[in-house]
Amino acid sequence: MIRQKMIDQKMIDQKMIRRNASPGTNRRDFLKVSVAASGGLLIGFRFPGITQLASAQVSAFMPNAFVRIGTDERITVIVNHSEMGQGVYTSLPMLLAEELDADWTKVGYESAPVDPKYNHPAFGMQITGGSSSVWSGLQQFRQAGAGARAMLIAAAAQQWGVDASSCRTESGAVFSGSNRKLTYGQLAGVAATLAPPEHVQLKDPKIFKLIGKPIKRLDTPEKINGKAVFGIDVKLPGMLTAVIARPPIFGASVKSFDDSRARSMAGVRKIAAVPAGIAVIADTFWQAKVARDALRVDWDEGSMGNFDTSKMMQDFRERAKSTGTSVRKDGDASSALASAAKKIEAVYEVPYLSHLMMEPLNCVVDLRADSCEVWTGSQFQTVDRANAAKVAGLSNEKVQLHTTFLGGGFGRRANPQSDFVVEAVHVAKAAGVPVKVIWTREDDMQGGWYRPAFLHAIEGGIDASGNPVGWRSRLVGQSIMAGTPFAAMMMKGKEYDPASVEGVDDLPYAIPNVTVESHQAEIGVPVQWLRSVGHSHTAFAVECFVDELAALAQKDPYQFRRQLLQKQPRYLGVLDLAARKAGWDKPLPKGMGRGIAVHFAFGSYSAHVAEVSVTDNRVRVHRMVCAIDCGQYVNPGIIAAQTEGGAIFGASAALFQELTFANGRLQQTNFHTFPVMRINECPEIETHIVENNEKAGGIGEPGVPCAAPAIANAVFAVTGKRIRRLPIHLTEAA
Amino acid sequence: MIGFSVNGKRIDLDIDPSTPLLWVIREQLGLTGTKYGCGMAQCGACTVHINGEAVRSCVASVERAAGKAVTTIEGLSLDLSHPLQRAWLEEDVPQCGYCQSGQLMSAAVLLREKPAPTDEEIDEAMTGNICRCGTYPRIRRAIHRAAAMVAKGGAQ
Repeated sequence: MIRQKMIDQKMIDQKMIRRNASPGTNRRDFLKVSVAASGGLLIGFRFPGITQLASAQVSAFMPNAFVRIGTDERITVIVNHSEMGQGVYTSLPMLLAEELDADWTKVGYESAPVDPKYNHPAFGMQITGGSSSVWSGLQQFRQAGAGARAMLIAAAAQQWGVDASSCRTESGAVFSGSNRKLTYGQLAGVAATLAPPEHVQLKDPKIFKLIGKPIKRLDTPEKINGKAVFGIDVKLPGMLTAVIARPPIFGASVKSFDDSRARSMAGVRKIAAVPAGIAVIADTFWQAKVARDALRVDWDEGSMGNFDTSKMMQDFRERAKSTGTSVRKDGDASSALASAAKKIEAVYEVPYLSHLMMEPLNCVVDLRADSCEVWTGSQFQTVDRANAAKVAGLSNEKVQLHTTFLGGGFGRRANPQSDFVVEAVHVAKAAGVPVKVIWTREDDMQGGWYRPAFLHAIEGGIDASGNPVGWRSRLVGQSIMAGTPFAAMMMKGKEYDPASVEGVDDLPYAIPNVTVESHQAEIGVPVQWLRSVGHSHTAFAVECFVDELAALAQKDPYQFRRQLLQKQPRYLGVLDLAARKAGWDKPLPKGMGRGIAVHFAFGSYSAHVAEVSVTDNRVRVHRMVCAIDCGQYVNPGIIAAQTEGGAIFGASAALFQELTFANGRLQQTNFHTFPVMRINECPEIETHIVENNEKAGGIGEPGVPCAAPAIANAVFAVTGKRIRRLPIHLTEAA
Repeated sequence: MIGFSVNGKRIDLDIDPSTPLLWVIREQLGLTGTKYGCGMAQCGACTVHINGEAVRSCVASVERAAGKAVTTIEGLSLDLSHPLQRAWLEEDVPQCGYCQSGQLMSAAVLLREKPAPTDEEIDEAMTGNICRCGTYPRIRRAIHRAAAMVAKGGAQ
């Protein structure tokens, strides 16, 4: 204990020295220094994670960037991915706690600050996306846990004067012989004086206690008592709230504005032109919103004033008639189609979609002369910080970004321009005090960065025995990657955007002649990745067309796929599992039908069987049976939740969702015109996981793509009508 | 001055009576568990109780609460002991969590009025609460589970 106190004192001294040495040192820098010391320091920590500010004063041992072991036995896992519902504040701590042999009841989480050590190992920047958090964190978090465990064992061995190899660990303590036990909290002080191990041995999966188990989420308690802090909940002393009058048309700009009424309204502190529009800064949101609505702004409409989505789709149809940029070319599809015994063509269309997170966009900024702090639900910390720094006129290091809980992300909060962060820094400049910018639901829905609308024309042919001989896909739509930090990596050497064609470029079916072509449309509507990205539309077109080919061949759609996937065991695995669990061969009551779809995305294979009925042209989905093969997995409970959520996300888009423009203006404003599936419309959903030892894949997005084609194919089974446009409008179907 | 109680605490505010109750709860009272989602009673994220009735606080003026008792998610229980909270934990319901306060507050009124709700009654009571993450199957299971707890004599 004396030793403990000495170390505590050393820690405090270090902290003082550090502070004194560099008066400008902020908390993040202190963290960096502490962590850079690789476990040599015991630190009394006030971590910048907003969720944990209260529990800050316990001494703790930080063996590496990812874990802090408190003298109070608390194990805090620092998570470098954003929690937006997908469960990373549970699954990533599970990986670390498994190797650490932690007492799971003592494990907590904290959001990582922005620092290169928290970069995504595959993407090289701090980002949450691409259904990649778990597979990319597997080694990182397991090694961090194993390294910490080795140091705690070494500390115990030293205390007891025994060989480290005679020690074992269990549930947050080191044991030796039959009666020696020291808890991790007791060992934290000594462990902090030791050097971290050069190499660590990871556990044999056979002895996993946490990994692979349906462990309950760690963040549920604070999400059911109102305590969880989302970006919109952050409040700083002296903070004002701003609402922005935004252009009604993309590319429009302010000609002039009249704020005479707004200026005199209660609580209004300032009205300022910012690049995003006219910001009304007030004491409260409601005052800012009411005054914003009282502004009179004269807009220069720019070049998009005539933009109309129905005209756009007409243009897309015309473009699909010509040859596009080659994406894939197996054999000679043109000749095969020309000589096919039977042939069909179909054109599939999907609209712009809004991410529509339940928490509308918002961002809090405290801008000072030589520092800037940002609080927001970010999926893209590296880029958001850099963009904020640019506007603030500060170096990156002077900007701290605190990642709060995200009330949904779905890709929208990973904006390459950091639109919602950058504008808040501009508003903070105008405000001169800390400010929170809140987007109304309408602002959020009309603010752009949508899933691009796409047209997908497919031609296919079969021979006399019903075997497909040729397939030609032509896609028309906007590029997502162009102009993003990923463009160079993703589009290297390609003349098309892989995100436009993913999910059809790897068409898995045994068809000898396949051509895939892409037409890139240049339109002034900002577009972005939305949950499952290109797969959100390619799976719909491909899997509906496979059904059309099956019908042409007069074969059962499930058996037809089976026959063409004989060399694709993992596709076949999920397809068979979903069909079997759904009882594909069992008849359904009259008026009901089944549809099936299978798809690969983000490292995982997925198949859905949907059961639907149709009454008065309205589709009701009764049941969805989902099979998922994501290889080695961490938490089957979270996999089921993500698969259910993905199916509902995909079904919402298939049944209800469409953004349309007329005269440059978006015609949808809120949930009543862009509906989300509600509980009374929600089917029963079953998730079945394929057990194997394959490389870990993603889970946040793979549940989405199959929903639309499975439902559309089921609608065909009931009505005989082909669905070729989403959302499903039965009155217009062929 | 508008006076009412929030989670048992007496509040007196000098405020524009047309201000939506939601923003008073969030900004004046600092109870941020009640969420803004749509501002037009479409999504239910802002659901609170006024004298025990589920109300969309984004469209209810603060005046409507005058002289009444408001309960927010922070007042549902002090220690996660409400049967719905216990069931929510058991079923691992939340994903992003943003809509869950509203879901729980709607479910609490349902469970009080219909201690053993059918699926149809759950649909009817919960249709006004949107969840973008798709936690509906778990919400349904959790409500049934909470009802079973209450039936078995679980404290409410």
